[in-house]
Amino acid sequence: MQRYIIRRVVLMIPTMLGTTFLVFAMMRLMPGDFTDFLGGDFGALDAETKALIQAEFGLDQNWATQYIGWIGDLLRGDFGVSVYSGRPISGDLLQRLPITLELGIFAMAINLIIGIPIGIISAVRQFSWYDYTGRAGAIALLAVPNFWIALLAISLAGKYALWAVPSPTYPGLFEDPIANLKFMAFPALLTGAAGAGYQMRFGRTAMLEVMRQDYIRTAWSKGLQERAVILKHGLRNALIPIVTVIGLFLPALIGGTVVIETIYSIPGMGRYFIHALNGRDLFIVQALAVIFTMVVIVSNFLVDIAYSILNPRIRYS
Amino acid sequence: MTSTSTNLDYDETQAALFGMRQQDDRSKFLKALTGIKGFATGYPMGMVGAVVMLILVAMAVIPQLFTPLAVQKSSSIIGIHISDRFETPSWDFWFGTNALGRDMYGRLVYGARTAIMIGFGAVILAKLLSTVIGTVSAFFGGWVDNALQRVVEMVQAIPTLVFLILFVVMLEPRLPDIGPLSSDMLVILLVVAVHSGFVSSRTVRGVALSLREETYVEAAQALGASDSRIMLRHIVPNLIAYVIVSASLFVGAAVLLESSLSFLGYGVQPPAPSWGRELNEAREELARYPHLAFFPGLFIFATVWSFNMFGDALRDRLDPRLRGST
Repeated sequence: MQRYIIRRVVLMIPTMLGTTFLVFAMMRLMPGDFTDFLGGDFGALDAETKALIQAEFGLDQNWATQYIGWIGDLLRGDFGVSVYSGRPISGDLLQRLPITLELGIFAMAINLIIGIPIGIISAVRQFSWYDYTGRAGAIALLAVPNFWIALLAISLAGKYALWAVPSPTYPGLFEDPIANLKFMAFPALLTGAAGAGYQMRFGRTAMLEVMRQDYIRTAWSKGLQERAVILKHGLRNALIPIVTVIGLFLPALIGGTVVIETIYSIPGMGRYFIHALNGRDLFIVQALAVIFTMVVIVSNFLVDIAYSILNPRIRYS
Repeated sequence: MTSTSTNLDYDETQAALFGMRQQDDRSKFLKALTGIKGFATGYPMGMVGAVVMLILVAMAVIPQLFTPLAVQKSSSIIGIHISDRFETPSWDFWFGTNALGRDMYGRLVYGARTAIMIGFGAVILAKLLSTVIGTVSAFFGGWVDNALQRVVEMVQAIPTLVFLILFVVMLEPRLPDIGPLSSDMLVILLVVAVHSGFVSSRTVRGVALSLREETYVEAAQALGASDSRIMLRHIVPNLIAYVIVSASLFVGAAVLLESSLSFLGYGVQPPAPSWGRELNEAREELARYPHLAFFPGLFIFATVWSFNMFGDALRDRLDPRLRGST
């Protein structure tokens, strides 16, 4: 087990370096940089002033020096500063990270709560009405653009006051927990429901696969109750593929928060990303891309570990 | 035509052959028809999906068919018509008009072309790419496999939408317009294709790995077939069914990604009609004119839904073992 973990950690390093370099290079190859935006409103900056500002942020050095310097700073926990406000990015992150984390955790919970039970019922009662409704629902969920539902919900809320119109400012979780939950509930529901379709389909397939096994037949024939067969013998074994899907869902979940945060004006990481990118605030974009990628890589690692705990055969391959 | 006795023979043979071929054609047609009928009775929802899908493809190819003269005359889908701004749905403007007085119904019909072009283009490219990467990676193994898999992992680690947005912003001004594809459409097509090509090469690699162990591959190797011949003649043909099924399921995802990007403002640029873009513009006047948000989303939903339904049924039909997997 120890060797397996060490090998997995070592494999994370090239992926991390590759993705950071990719993002680093992209930010420098992008047409237009922040100096164009700085000068934009007041007439173009002359080339000298532009170069001066760029030099101030070390952008005149060659790529290798810049990249190594940046990675060194990252390892020391320094994300750099915003080129507009001059504020250290870590301060902004501390404010925004918990908000997106809250959204993400709620969304994940909703995804699992909707997805797994329906998937299991669908498999256990295969070819029944539950199954057909569940599968049709899963495909509908996969097809609905959640930003569309978000817009319709906002417009209906505005027109008929069916439920609270999203407040224009974000109420803090600890200052006003009830207002905060009210504010986050619908965005989280939409973000989570988007992946619930996949969860249902994977859960169903996994469960169907398990329910065909010999040991399930044995469990039935020795007279166990249905509940015990399904939960103890079935679900436990179906959990292995279900856990992997959670890892696969994460990149889509983070993308989902970008869209939903933009619609609902949630001051989280996703909106921060879009805002920074539009102003070519390159250090912020780099920092956010690294954090997003880290989240995916680390959770994939955790999923792999969980997987090998659930399924010992993996460890020895 | 002058016909001597020898020629007559020839003509008769020709006629017989021709008749036979015609019969053969007809039986092929009948076979296809019964095939479709079998598909429709076996997978009714898949058939519904296929019909909706065909309507959308027809919209993309001949949009004029779907916009009656009344709509075409009342307002153009491009250009600014200040006196027609924000019309609510009526006989002249079936789905109303937007902030620039453009007919929404017309724009959505023409938007099908944008969506289908990008969706189909991205899928074809993505599947080609994933087949090549997956096959090469599985066949050669060793350092080639290792290097390719590290790249795949990198692409997978960056959240999809973040990856797409960064690449679109970087590449868009550098690409030319190609025929009906403007640079902004081309960039989405390419970026979605490359991303999905890498990510889905994983599963292709898995299938190809098991094919490599087949005895017919071993036999070909023993006969001295070259690597490229083995891959092209023995491995890829056996991947085709899998690739077709995953392609039909991916069109919907590609359309959804395009509309997400356009919705965020990184996708199709005005004045070209795009469903996602239309939703983005509807945000401005959401409180007063919610119908402007309703219809574009409905088109996106119908497209993604129909392709998924059809793909699902196709998968069950072609490979029952994969039934229910995603």
